Amino acid sequence: MTETTDAVTAKTPAAGRRAARGPANRPQQRSARRPALQRITPWLFLLAPLALLVTFTYVPVANMVYYSFTDWDGVSPDRNFTGVDNYTQIFTRPELFRVFFVSFYYLAASAFQIAVALYFATVLSFDLRFRNLFKGILFFPYLINGVAIGFVFLYFFQDGGTLDSVLSWFGAETDHAWLGDPTSANTSLAGVSVWRFTGLNFVLFLGAIQSIPGELYEAAQLDGASRWQQFRHIIAPSIKPVLSLSIILAISGSLSVFEIPYIMTGGATGTSTFVIQTVKLAFQFNKTGLASAAAVVLLLIILLITWIQRRLVPDEKVDLV
Amino acid sequence: MTSQPPPPPPPTARRRPRLGGILVHLSLVAASLVVLLPLAVVFLTSLKTSEEVAGGGAMSLPGDWLNFSNYATAFSDGRMLTAFGNTAFILLFSITGTVIIGSMTAYAIDRFRFRAKKLVMALFLVATLVPAVTTQVATFQVVNSFGLFDTRWAPILLYMGTDIVSIYIFLQFIRSIPVSLDEAARLDGANSFTVYRRIILPMLKPAIATVVIIKGITVYNDFYIPFLYMPSQDLGTISTALFRFKGPFGAHWENISAGAILVIVPTLIVFLFLQRYIYNGFAQGATK
Repeated sequence: MTETTDAVTAKTPAAGRRAARGPANRPQQRSARRPALQRITPWLFLLAPLALLVTFTYVPVANMVYYSFTDWDGVSPDRNFTGVDNYTQIFTRPELFRVFFVSFYYLAASAFQIAVALYFATVLSFDLRFRNLFKGILFFPYLINGVAIGFVFLYFFQDGGTLDSVLSWFGAETDHAWLGDPTSANTSLAGVSVWRFTGLNFVLFLGAIQSIPGELYEAAQLDGASRWQQFRHIIAPSIKPVLSLSIILAISGSLSVFEIPYIMTGGATGTSTFVIQTVKLAFQFNKTGLASAAAVVLLLIILLITWIQRRLVPDEKVDLV
Repeated sequence: MTSQPPPPPPPTARRRPRLGGILVHLSLVAASLVVLLPLAVVFLTSLKTSEEVAGGGAMSLPGDWLNFSNYATAFSDGRMLTAFGNTAFILLFSITGTVIIGSMTAYAIDRFRFRAKKLVMALFLVATLVPAVTTQVATFQVVNSFGLFDTRWAPILLYMGTDIVSIYIFLQFIRSIPVSLDEAARLDGANSFTVYRRIILPMLKPAIATVVIIKGITVYNDFYIPFLYMPSQDLGTISTALFRFKGPFGAHWENISAGAILVIVPTLIVFLFLQRYIYNGFAQGATK
C-alpha cells in the first residue's frame, strides 16, 4: 500500500503543474517534457523484431536485386556488373522460361481444390451425422509433413502400386508409369497438391461460413429458401474476402511450388518448377546472379498479382493500423 | 426412405433423409477414402517384410500385424532419434522466440504513440507481401555471413524473423485487452516492461496457444529451410532425415513407409488432442 502511495505522490508534482497550466497547452507541454526513457520505450520493444525483419527480409531483398545485375557465383569475392543480361537470359532461354508452364498444372489444380473445399465446407456447415469426423479427415492432410506426403504418393503412383490396384478393381487395367512422362507426372503431382491443401481452404471457408449469424439461415428457411438459395445469397457473399484470399494464395502458391515435386521427382521428367530451378541454379550450379534475377522475376509477379487482387477486392480490414 | 423413424423435432428445422442427403454423405465418404487410402496403404506397407513388399500387391495385408522391425530400422539407421532431437531443439527456441518477438511487437504497436509508428507498421505490412521462398538465395548469403550456415541457429532465426502471421494474431488479441488494465498497473508504479510482463503476456494466453500450434506445425513440417541451411547429417530435422531415406533405403519401401508413419504419428496425436484449437488457429492465422 505504501509503495502505491509513494508512486502516486512521486508523479503528482508534474501532474499538478500540468493541470495548473490549463488544458489548452497540455499536449504540447507533455511531449516536450516527456522523459527520454519514455520516448524510447516502444523502440526497446521493437528493437529485436525490427532487427530480425530488416536482416532477414529487407536486406535479402535489396541484395537480391543487386545480385541479379551481376554474374556472381555466390562464393568468389569478385562479381561483375552485367546489366540486364540475367533477365534477358530468363526470358530468352526456353529451358529457363519453360518452368513457368508447369505452374499451369498447379493453377488448374488449385481451381479444382477451391471448388472442392467450398463444396465440403458448405455441406459440413450444416448439421450432419459424423460431421466432426469428416471435418477431421478432410483437414488432416494439411498437417502432414511434406516429405512424408511425398513418399506416401511415390508409393501410391508406383507401377502396380495403390493407384493401379484401385483402378484394376474398376476394371481399368493400366500399365501406365504415372510419373513417367511430363504431362501425367505433372498432373499426378498437382493431384498430390490438391490432396494436401484442400484441407486448408476447407477450414478457412468453414470458419467464414460459421461466423455468419445463425439468424440469417433461420430467416431464410422461414422464407422457404432452398439450400442452393441459402448458399447463393447468404454464404457466397459473406465468404468473399476469404475466397479472394484463397485465390491469391493459390496463384502465388502455384508459382512457388517446391516441396512435393522436389521430393518426389527431383524436378525430373519436366516437373521442375520455378523454385526448384532457382534453388538448383543458386546452390548446384553456383549461378547466384542468374538465380537472383529469377527470384526477382517471381517476386515481381507475385507482387503484381497481389496488387491486382487488392484493386479488385478492396480489403475491408486493414487492421494493422 | 419413408421407413426410417422420423427424427425428434429439433429446435431448428434440419436434415430430412432424402436423396440429396444421401449423395452428400456419399461424397463425404468418397473424399474420406481418397484421403485415407494412400495413408492406410503406407501403414500396411510399414508392417510388411521386404519379401512381402516385393511379392504381394500394394493393397495386400501384412502377414504379421505386429512386425515393427521396419520401425526399428527406420528409427536407428535413419537417425530419427537425432532428427527428433534437432527438431525439438529448433521448435523450442523458435516458438519461444516467435511468441516473445510477436507479442512485443504487437504491444509496442498497439499501446504506444510514437512518430515512426506508421513506418514500422508499413515495414511489417510490406514484408507480408514478400514470399520467403523467393528471397532464399539472398537470405542464404546473409545467414552465411553471420557464420550460422549449417548450425541449428540458422533455421531458428529465420523462423523467428519472418513470422508476421503471429504478429497479426497478437495484435488482434491485444486490442481486445482493455487499456484501463495497463493504466491501473501504471498507477501502481509499474513500468512498461512490467505491464508487458505481468499484464499483457498472461492475458495473451489464448493467442499464445494459437501461435504455438500454428508455428509448431509449420516448423515441424518445414523442409525447405533445414534442407538449405543444415546439410550436415547430424543436423537432420525430421523432414530432412526422412528425405535422406531416399538414398540408403532406395527401394526398401517397408523402411521408407515406417519412417513416414513415424513422422506422421506425432502430428496425428497432437491433432486428435487439440483439434478445435487447431481449426480455429488456422482460420485465424491465415485470414489475418
